[in-house]
Amino acid sequence: MRLTVNGNAIDIDADPDMPLLWALRDLAGVLGPKFGCGIAACGACTVHIDGTPVRSCALPVGEVDGDILTIDGLATDGKLHPVQQAWLEEQVAQCGYCQAGQIMSAVALLDEIANPTDEDIDNAMGGNLCRCGTYPRIRSAIKRAAALKTAGI
Amino acid sequence: MASIGKIARRTFLIGAVAIAGGVAVGYYYYRKPYPNPLEDELADGDATFNPYVKIAADSTITVIAPRAEMGQGVATTLAALVAEELDVPLDKIKVEHGPAAYAYYNSEMLSEGGPFAFYNEGVVAESMRTAMGAVGKVLGFQGTGGSSSTRDGFDKMRQAGAAARHMLIAAAAVRLGVPASELDTQDATIVHKTTGKSLTYGEVAADAAASAPPSELRLKDKADWVLLGKPQMRTDMLAKVTGAPIFGADVSLPEMLYGTVKMSLRFWSKPVKADLSKAEKMPGVVKIVPIDTSYGHGFGVIAENTWAAFKAAEAIEVEWSDPEYPADTAAIFKALQDALASPDGSALRDDGDVDTAFADIPRERLVKADYEVPYLAHTCMEPMNATARLRDGVLDIWSPNQMPTITRQLCASVAGVEQDSVNVHTTYLGGGFGRRGEMDFSMFAAVLAKETGGRPVKVIWTREEDTRHDTYRPAAAGRFRARIGDDGLPVAVDMAIASPSVIASTLRRTFPSISPLGPDKSIIEGSFDQPYTIPDYRVTAIPAALSIPVGFWRSVGNSYNGFFHESFMDEIAAAGKIDPVEMRKKLMAAYPAAVKVVEKVAEMAKWGEPLPAGKAKGFAFTLSFGSWVGEIIQVADTPSGIRLEKMWIAADVGTALDPGIIEAQLTSGAVYGLSAAIGQEITFADGMVEQSNFHDYDAMRIFQCPQFEVAILENYHKMGGVGEVGTPPAPPALANAVFALTGKRIRKLPLNKEVSFA
Repeated sequence: MRLTVNGNAIDIDADPDMPLLWALRDLAGVLGPKFGCGIAACGACTVHIDGTPVRSCALPVGEVDGDILTIDGLATDGKLHPVQQAWLEEQVAQCGYCQAGQIMSAVALLDEIANPTDEDIDNAMGGNLCRCGTYPRIRSAIKRAAALKTAGI
Repeated sequence: MASIGKIARRTFLIGAVAIAGGVAVGYYYYRKPYPNPLEDELADGDATFNPYVKIAADSTITVIAPRAEMGQGVATTLAALVAEELDVPLDKIKVEHGPAAYAYYNSEMLSEGGPFAFYNEGVVAESMRTAMGAVGKVLGFQGTGGSSSTRDGFDKMRQAGAAARHMLIAAAAVRLGVPASELDTQDATIVHKTTGKSLTYGEVAADAAASAPPSELRLKDKADWVLLGKPQMRTDMLAKVTGAPIFGADVSLPEMLYGTVKMSLRFWSKPVKADLSKAEKMPGVVKIVPIDTSYGHGFGVIAENTWAAFKAAEAIEVEWSDPEYPADTAAIFKALQDALASPDGSALRDDGDVDTAFADIPRERLVKADYEVPYLAHTCMEPMNATARLRDGVLDIWSPNQMPTITRQLCASVAGVEQDSVNVHTTYLGGGFGRRGEMDFSMFAAVLAKETGGRPVKVIWTREEDTRHDTYRPAAAGRFRARIGDDGLPVAVDMAIASPSVIASTLRRTFPSISPLGPDKSIIEGSFDQPYTIPDYRVTAIPAALSIPVGFWRSVGNSYNGFFHESFMDEIAAAGKIDPVEMRKKLMAAYPAAVKVVEKVAEMAKWGEPLPAGKAKGFAFTLSFGSWVGEIIQVADTPSGIRLEKMWIAADVGTALDPGIIEAQLTSGAVYGLSAAIGQEITFADGMVEQSNFHDYDAMRIFQCPQFEVAILENYHKMGGVGEVGTPPAPPALANAVFALTGKRIRKLPLNKEVSFA
């Protein structure tokens, strides 16, 4: 079966029931999306399929139809995505394990709403768990990223 | 030599009280430095100055920060300590965890292990600290915990940087033919100002490293610090915003197999009947092997990918033997209540004469309350995992762990090789919180690595396996009474707290041949060691014989004693009709650092000013791990439940090395405590944990998270820790706010059994 991951075509031999997460991690060697729960309850595995954020741990790889974007493909030409840049400037991450998923959810949010309110952030990010409690800085970073994107940085 | 090491090791494990003898035996080893482990594996052209600093010919500077980076920012701060004295910018430094080695002993982790409060600077308490610190060195005990890393590294890491700089300058002086006193350093270069001649650190590193280290060093004054005391960009941040493969779960090796484990759903139980046939036939399965270690019994699955391993583990059919402990939550709490009623126990605080104070107490002067907290899981975001390879008699283990030297020791025993044939590679940790101080996930990987013909195997637990096989924060029950004096202040308090011993439980699974002796202070830390002066003040620890595995959960005993002690103080204030903040200021008057924290947080939160209807605030204070922390939370009654609006934190950490990281840690600790207070509990039925994943054991989400405002104070003369200290006051601050809002005094956690949260 063929997947398009971060612009690259990857051929894998997988049980179609295998969740996309494990196909990416164990078969395709794409390690950005993380395993946290296996039941779409924590968001650490968030990737985009054709721009829509999905929980790859609960999506059978056989059902994937579309281009997959993971955190590994977010920076382009060595330049961080504005969301990553904002995360860096706000010094968001602590242990960092959930942050790939947090960032992918935030990217999707800003693609949909250029200047999200606190309520928009709550709605878009509520499915991404962080045990280090980085939420206040995530909120600040999303607002900073919105400003960076608007300014074209 | 081995026997002396063994004696010391045993003496430490037996408990704080028996320590002194071990130190006397080990004194020689206390003075003698350990060998530099970097010398064994030095790359061509690299020079090493001490166990912490390596400099390559191209001036690449590597600092070994030998503590687990689990989010607390320790890699950054330890590197900054070296960089400050080495006189290089932090972004010029490569930070590595380094190998497991005795040279990286942590003396601070044990030094507060004695039965003394942090503010007790009497001769006995200070001797114990010195003795315990020496034991950390004798044992070569490399560990991350007890919020001790920066306290331990503060001198060591600065000295390492200063010594290297001194040696580099001396070597440059010889090369340039000028006196060392005329040389200065700047950006990894040694400069002779008058002639303009210069040499890079890399150019003289080999010469410098071959010279003897200076016998005396002068460290910079605090006023001259360039990096320390100011927020730094974390050295791990770029990797973490790009999803880099830095965690244990990300380890990838040639020919690697994948695996998982299915351990007994009842702790310590063995399989009575097992049918592996279905699982063994599943696609992608390589082998299913039994696991029998001091951490329990079960099976390991080796497969071609993680998914195949998970599916096969599900298909293993096993019947486990009956539990050796009370089988359900009601029976467990009955055992705690029975322990409370027993005459056993150690009063680590017993001021005045408590029995007399309560003997003739008039009813209206008495405040009584019973408190309970449940077992809690750590639920690190990264489920437990490790990768192991046993090839040609050498075990390599890639493990996100907090205890490299003990991991090495126990994995050697599992694999049947000598300790010096084990290489522990400590990765970044996707959360630790104390859970990764355990050895089970590493040992299980070592068991599986014996069955793969030399191929590496990455063993990842499911979230369900992780939640059901934790070393839990123990459940606890407390019985409290106070006598109120004429002015409304308490004149006597009597606190008895029953809980299973974390030390005893840890020994059973790590060094089962050693029995614990002496009281386990963790049962009452956070209650017996608080800076309150009350004439008659007794705090008794009662160990309860419950063998469900319990362990070190962020702030350990402080996590529930903070809730007990500070909720009860709020009850006393209400009964005595005194403002809770004013009461604290009076009772803590002998400890100016504490009073300043209380005043600061009250000022930030505008404590005492009237609030609109439907809003309320709660206050709590806990001194833990050497830091004095006051927290106030404001809650609001909303149609969807109680909403946490804002939390203010003031913390005196003595010396603040990185205010940005400290702020993040205080907030993080508070969120961790609030998550537990609002809704977490591990319960039991039929000897098995009932919760399994985030749908039934959740934590705070972004939409529940209050705003935070943090103040960092530096009044106290000793440095405190930061990784855990935000946690203990958070649950009582919230419970006290709920009381102020609703009039409901909740004495059992989690709070959502009695009130609902937005």
